[in-house]
Amino acid sequence: MFRNSYDNDSVTFSPQGRIFQVEYALEAIKQGSAAVGLVSNTHAVLVALKRNAEELGSYQKKVIKIDSHLGLALAGLAPDARVLSNFMRQQSMSSRLIYARPIPVARVVNAIADKAQVNTQTYGRRPYGVGLLIAGVDETGPHLWEFQPSGMVLEYKGAAIGARSQSARTYLERNFELFPGLSRDELVVHGLRALRDSLAQDKSLTSANTSVAVVGIGEEFKLYDGDEVTMWLEKVGDVGSSRGRTEIEQPEASGSGPTAAAAPDTMDTTD
Amino acid sequence: MNHTPENWGRPRDDIYGFYDKSFLQNTGGAQQHTTRPVVTGTSVVALKYNGGVVMAADNLASYGSLARFTDIKRIKQVGDHTIVGAGGDISDMQYLFDKLLESVLIKEEYQNDGHALRAPHIYSYLARVLYNRRCKFNFLWNSILVAGYDDEKKPFLASADLLGTRFSSPALASGYGAQLAIPILRKIAPDEASVTKITKEQAIEAIKLCMKVLFYRDARSMNKYSLAVISEEGVDLTHGVALENESWKFAETVRGYGAQTV
Repeated sequence: MFRNSYDNDSVTFSPQGRIFQVEYALEAIKQGSAAVGLVSNTHAVLVALKRNAEELGSYQKKVIKIDSHLGLALAGLAPDARVLSNFMRQQSMSSRLIYARPIPVARVVNAIADKAQVNTQTYGRRPYGVGLLIAGVDETGPHLWEFQPSGMVLEYKGAAIGARSQSARTYLERNFELFPGLSRDELVVHGLRALRDSLAQDKSLTSANTSVAVVGIGEEFKLYDGDEVTMWLEKVGDVGSSRGRTEIEQPEASGSGPTAAAAPDTMDTTD
Repeated sequence: MNHTPENWGRPRDDIYGFYDKSFLQNTGGAQQHTTRPVVTGTSVVALKYNGGVVMAADNLASYGSLARFTDIKRIKQVGDHTIVGAGGDISDMQYLFDKLLESVLIKEEYQNDGHALRAPHIYSYLARVLYNRRCKFNFLWNSILVAGYDDEKKPFLASADLLGTRFSSPALASGYGAQLAIPILRKIAPDEASVTKITKEQAIEAIKLCMKVLFYRDARSMNKYSLAVISEEGVDLTHGVALENESWKFAETVRGYGAQTV
């Protein structure tokens, strides 16, 4: 029934010093579709690949606006992301109400990190099954943070989470030195190219399955969905997966666990 | 005899026997709200100038009409470029300054993330606290002025009172100063546009004049005050500044009350 006797709850260490429930939560992120974030000196961008459970169903929302200067992209259990984003909205609102100040990005990120950490140390709770990329702008400029269910948060110049995100990460690693000086539009195009690299073989970016969000210094968080994405896809040009077309593609991230490889879309409850 | 408020209006034990107070839920005695200020500070005056703000408040705490304490600091520096001045109840001011603001500043400092609370944020916080307390009908009996720089690095000056009412103007004064100082200050700062024409020296001069006029005519004031000048370099806050060129000559010409018959 259990993989081992040390994964019954999130408060027990294995003899190797691991907390399995937390590691399973990190696996849940890899089941969700990919999300990519990147920052320049002036802007922070989120792009994400949306999934529909079935042909007749709608696509699951991947990007959530928190405030006019702040938003996030999720990979993993969408309901858990809703709980976290509602909490972030509360924090954001109380900062504006009490101090008349948009909440600094690092503070709201640390607030959810603390919430997530409590779950890894409290009997009877489970870790959040979702990873987040949080993009926002404050007085210290544009920021991109990655949140993990372990309570770990790190700031990045470019980051990718979710299924096949290693390919997107590889793209970001090859190009991140360009990012600081890029214009708003160029940054989005790089984000979409990174996301394209994470596509499955016969898939492509479409206005239906792609979300783009941009926030910048003196520019409010703007989410592009549906038809609005078309203009961005036109800027990218080739929106199809390059898998099987180019010479030798990067091998997939060494599958830690049975989940990373490929879960059938229809069976999935993660986004 | 027991004089505590929960015994007010109750039958006297020595005449009527023991009165059973067990129905009173609050065993710690009746909850009491401030219904009037007791030890009070008078006006705070402030004026924006081109590049900063000048603020002054005298160092007196009155107990009714008694000049009880003469070295009270009613202007507090909050962060690098922000000051708060308070009039009204001194114990409530000390609660705001030494408890609330101090703890807010420490928490902000501990974040250590390059962000700091500036004047508009401190002002918003204080106005919320004042309004929150008035909603509990448990007022913090103060009127406060907050000065510093806003998000665009322009001079910031605003006031809040015990009701949580917010008000902003290039020239502000609380208490008696609202009657006597504001007309003087508005002569040189009638509107926001005129602020750019006021130099630091002119602003200090105008504030000093206001402090003098207030000492002449406000019976709860004294001739020693705190003067704060905010500029790009920071806050220059001096306590115990003495009134200059004080002269009561004009008193002879005052008619309408007193001993004179004509």
